[in-house]
Amino acid sequence: MSDQEYTPKSKAGKWFNDRLPLLTLGAHLTDYPTPKNLNYWWTFGGILTFCLITQIVTGIVLAMHYVAHADLAFASVEHIMRDVNYGWLIRYIHSNGASMFFLAVYIHIFRSLFYGSYKSPREVIWIIGLMIYLLMMAAAFMGYVLPWGQMSFWGATVITNLFSAIPLVGDSITTWLWGAYSVDNPTLNRFFSLHYLIPFLILGLVVLHIWALHVPGNNNPVGIDIEKPSKDTVPFHPYITIKDAFALLVFMIIFAGFVFFTPNVLGHSDNYIPANPLVTPAHIVPEWYLLPFYAILRSVPDKLGGVILMFSAIFILFVLPWLDTSKVRSAVFRPIYRQFFWILVIDVLMLGYVGAMPAEGIYLVLARVGTIYYFLHFIVVMPVVGYLEKTEPIPMSISEPVLSGGADPSIARKVNDKA
Amino acid sequence: MSKEEKKVNRRDFLFTASYTVGAVGVGAVIWPMIDQMNPDKAQQALATTEVDISQIEPGKSITVLWRGKPVFLKRRTPEEIAEARSVNLDDLPDPQKDEERVKEGKDEWLVMLGVCTHLGCVPLKDKGDYNGWFCPCHGSHYDVSGRIRKGPAPTNMEIPKFEFVDTNTIKIG
Repeated sequence: MSDQEYTPKSKAGKWFNDRLPLLTLGAHLTDYPTPKNLNYWWTFGGILTFCLITQIVTGIVLAMHYVAHADLAFASVEHIMRDVNYGWLIRYIHSNGASMFFLAVYIHIFRSLFYGSYKSPREVIWIIGLMIYLLMMAAAFMGYVLPWGQMSFWGATVITNLFSAIPLVGDSITTWLWGAYSVDNPTLNRFFSLHYLIPFLILGLVVLHIWALHVPGNNNPVGIDIEKPSKDTVPFHPYITIKDAFALLVFMIIFAGFVFFTPNVLGHSDNYIPANPLVTPAHIVPEWYLLPFYAILRSVPDKLGGVILMFSAIFILFVLPWLDTSKVRSAVFRPIYRQFFWILVIDVLMLGYVGAMPAEGIYLVLARVGTIYYFLHFIVVMPVVGYLEKTEPIPMSISEPVLSGGADPSIARKVNDKA
Repeated sequence: MSKEEKKVNRRDFLFTASYTVGAVGVGAVIWPMIDQMNPDKAQQALATTEVDISQIEPGKSITVLWRGKPVFLKRRTPEEIAEARSVNLDDLPDPQKDEERVKEGKDEWLVMLGVCTHLGCVPLKDKGDYNGWFCPCHGSHYDVSGRIRKGPAPTNMEIPKFEFVDTNTIKIG
């Protein structure tokens, strides 16, 4: 992995490193040549690592007090909130931490979409990232079931019933997922087991994600291939670590703002009512980070069709590197794609909004329009724009525009034209 | 690939046999790991529920829990039965006669799973456009026979296996 050989200074270090080259790995991570123009959109990888560790640590602590039983779960969560020392703090960090995790991952994903980080040679990084995202959604969903409130119970019912749309075997699969004939104690038990497992699967995938990243190295805002190391790169430490640390601090301030001032604003008050299998809440909504997919599900007036479309909305991202036909990575130099990118951002935000609204009238119309655009963007816009678009000239290196007297890309273009 | 026919030899046989035995062995180990998630004996033991129906007035309904799911028991009025039977079957997304959804001679008793066939919510009674049930989750309308009329649900609400033990008792399951 490392470009240069590394020899530990101390004798003990050398002895150990010859047997397990952990110090070589450490040196690689420290010296890792990073594009010097990375902006703050690139700090979310570090922020996401922080989120994962936070969820694992607070989760392990919560599991010491939580009881995964249909009769006891709700009371045990209240016990954590009222009796356990700092239990309220740990639970609020964990529950808001899930939201912060998704906030960061969405920024991270849209960063990739804007700067073309999913494109060759980084397809495998992108696909591993999507697998992490899928596992995050599974973990978040199962975690939301654990307090066994009304939203927990009915959210679990609706989501597990998605599988009943599968022809022929759907009902058997749903019963198998439940371990009963409805969402019940066996369901809660297994969800707890899997909720505990998934973060460690994510941790493993994160290692692969970073490993795959360190093969080609980071993409960068101008999206060009650079020599590493060169005058276009800086060592990861201290240049990137300090930038990541600053961004993380700002992120933690926002995080703390939610935890200490509005810890329940992202949740739903119905989840403070114990689960009741006889009464469905009048208005079921998933957590905010799943709302765009929920809107897609509801926009189709057919059960199987809605389920297929919802899963397609996620799985289409896996083939994105092959749907995008543009040779230029960064949207900075793609005047047409850049506009469609922002339409997609607005589209997803709108789908999230209508997902939280009742599925009727104008909201249903908006959900349908939003769903159609979402798929058109990936199936039509990405291949066609990449093919037809006249991209702006890209700089030869990151240093070039800077050394020519300014960081303005327009200068870079002039320099480029002469060359 | 060479032109000459590849001869099957002892080694090929050993490979195929080993893979086959290995696959059967792996399957035999995996199946218990999968099947343990199916409903256990304790869940299956809850498979029947007896309900006393002597207190239900015509036009009223009660909800009981069977296998963790709500079951609606509705004693329908003659007008409601007539309404359910006057529907043109061609208007139904999942055509089924009202007669097929009740026990013969016990036409006033509608016994059905109170579970929306869309995504499993419990529909609200006496709501919706067809005087039956309305599911608040995604807007499915059911008629007085529990048949789907409008909305995303694909089928009518399910009729569980049940029988009249005597005039005042229904056994579900």
